[in-house]
Amino acid sequence: MSRTVRLTYLALLALAVLAPFIGLYPVFVMKLLCFALFACAFNLLLGFTGLLSFGHAAFFGTAAYVTGWFVKVQGWTPELGVLAGVVFAALLGLVFGLVAIRRQGIYFAMITLALSQMVFFVCLQAPFTGGEDGLQGVARGNLFGVLPLGDDHVMYYVVLAVFLACFLGILRIVTSPFGQVLKMIRENEPRAISLGYEVDRYKLLAFILSASLAGLAGSMKTLVMKFATLSDVHWSMSGEVILMSLLGGVGTFFGPVLGGGIVIALQDMLADKVGEWVTVIIGVIFVLCVLAFRKGVVGELLAWRERRRARAG
Amino acid sequence: MEIFGIPHQAFLGQLMLGLVNGAFYAMLSLGLAVIFGLLDIVNFAHGALYMVGAFAAWIMLDKWGVGYWWALLLAPLLVGAFGVVIERLLLKRLYGLDPLYGLLLTFGLALILEGAFRKEYGVSGQSYSVPEALAGATNLGFMILPNYRAWVVVASVAVCLATWFIIERTRLGAYLRAGTENAKLVQAFGVNVPLMVSLTYGAGAALAGLAGVLAAPVIQVTPLMGSNLIIVVFAVVVIGGMGSILGSVITGLGLGIVEGFTRVFYPEASNIVVFVIMAIVLMLRPAGLFGKEA
Repeated sequence: MSRTVRLTYLALLALAVLAPFIGLYPVFVMKLLCFALFACAFNLLLGFTGLLSFGHAAFFGTAAYVTGWFVKVQGWTPELGVLAGVVFAALLGLVFGLVAIRRQGIYFAMITLALSQMVFFVCLQAPFTGGEDGLQGVARGNLFGVLPLGDDHVMYYVVLAVFLACFLGILRIVTSPFGQVLKMIRENEPRAISLGYEVDRYKLLAFILSASLAGLAGSMKTLVMKFATLSDVHWSMSGEVILMSLLGGVGTFFGPVLGGGIVIALQDMLADKVGEWVTVIIGVIFVLCVLAFRKGVVGELLAWRERRRARAG
Repeated sequence: MEIFGIPHQAFLGQLMLGLVNGAFYAMLSLGLAVIFGLLDIVNFAHGALYMVGAFAAWIMLDKWGVGYWWALLLAPLLVGAFGVVIERLLLKRLYGLDPLYGLLLTFGLALILEGAFRKEYGVSGQSYSVPEALAGATNLGFMILPNYRAWVVVASVAVCLATWFIIERTRLGAYLRAGTENAKLVQAFGVNVPLMVSLTYGAGAALAGLAGVLAAPVIQVTPLMGSNLIIVVFAVVVIGGMGSILGSVITGLGLGIVEGFTRVFYPEASNIVVFVIMAIVLMLRPAGLFGKEA
């Protein structure tokens, strides 16, 4: 990591730690962190393994429901509720992965989309999800019986800690030998196969990891916002997380965080100003990203720095 | 009379409904297959174009006083022309890139179209009445068949067969198929490939628009009508195998019928039965029922 990058990270960390004291609304930043984590989880798959999943809302959404249901209806503690959500998302990831990795590219995308739509209908009709209303009024409870999560500031630091741990975890995964194999699969799958790697098992593991992290993001979101609804599991959420990664920079570490931040902030700011136009604006950004800057904000910045360095050297 | 313990009128009614849905699946997955075949683009905007077709028909009938038959002709032409514009302005810039970018671009387009129509017309449905010539129902003796539904099935099967004929049996179709194999070579023979590509996308869009006009009197016309249907159609495409024109037609009709059956016996599962079949087919034949193993 270069000095500039390290300094940027330190500045961002300081900003995140101080956020509640400098006038940023904690619930907004927490929501932003949850979606940033979701985008990072998605990027682990698309950016570092080369698999475009169009069904990640299924993991995010079911984990949100599972956590909400155990905490609200069964009275579980928040940590157990989150754990249940993550385990469920991982199992669902295993099932999706087993079906979807049999095909590649656009087929993979379409299959994950279709499977997630199936999950959507189950959530719509199942008796314990609250149907159209979703699960409302999920109490945050006390973490490990002591930390009162009902306090926005306490909750904020818990969410920030979870986010940082996951971000560093993903960094660690990607730079590990396992991560190198994933990148090789992304770059040249036939070669990876010919070198004797069991590519399908690597892909499946990457898929499950990504699904679990997406589930963690969904579970945390339920605790932060105190509800889980159908929009968490709808396919437009799968599209949104793709946009977040694409906008920030697919395959970069910080891109999805930035992309998630931009999308959530845009939605928050625009919702009361332009109302229905939000979908259109998001769509336009999508089209512009694909047409004009496929590397995303962070990707373009890195490329620009490369070019400048090449010219200087 | 009862069939499997279900009153036969209800049973055949659901079956007919399934066949109608299947006709729409077939037309939409056919359009997707045509576009994918030549352009290598999975057209996520297909559902939105279907919705635009239905709205175009509704506006023509309700606002402009154009009759059903004119709408049936004009709305697909309009949607087709719109498709040509999309291809020329946007999709053209993505050729040679990973097909995933085409999927993402058309996803963005779908959001724009859906959002714009939702802004203008809200989410409540607009109704569009069945044309007089096709109103009423025919008593077949064993069931009462609504004429319009029969017309939808007949019309879409005819359109599908015509499309299949053009692609597989005519000179134009031969150019199209050759263009998918080697665009440069076909161009060297003096065929205007970029024009052909634009018109193909336009034709695929027009097929979606036509399905929309046909659907308008059977269902409520709403901005959201395309977005949920498109995912079922994707599943149909995966089950049938993307390369095959005939495969998409047969699979579409067949899955509509299976869905109808499910609605009779276990209604809760009717929304997901197609996806369950998709998972099973993928386990047994990853390339789809009619697809060739890559």
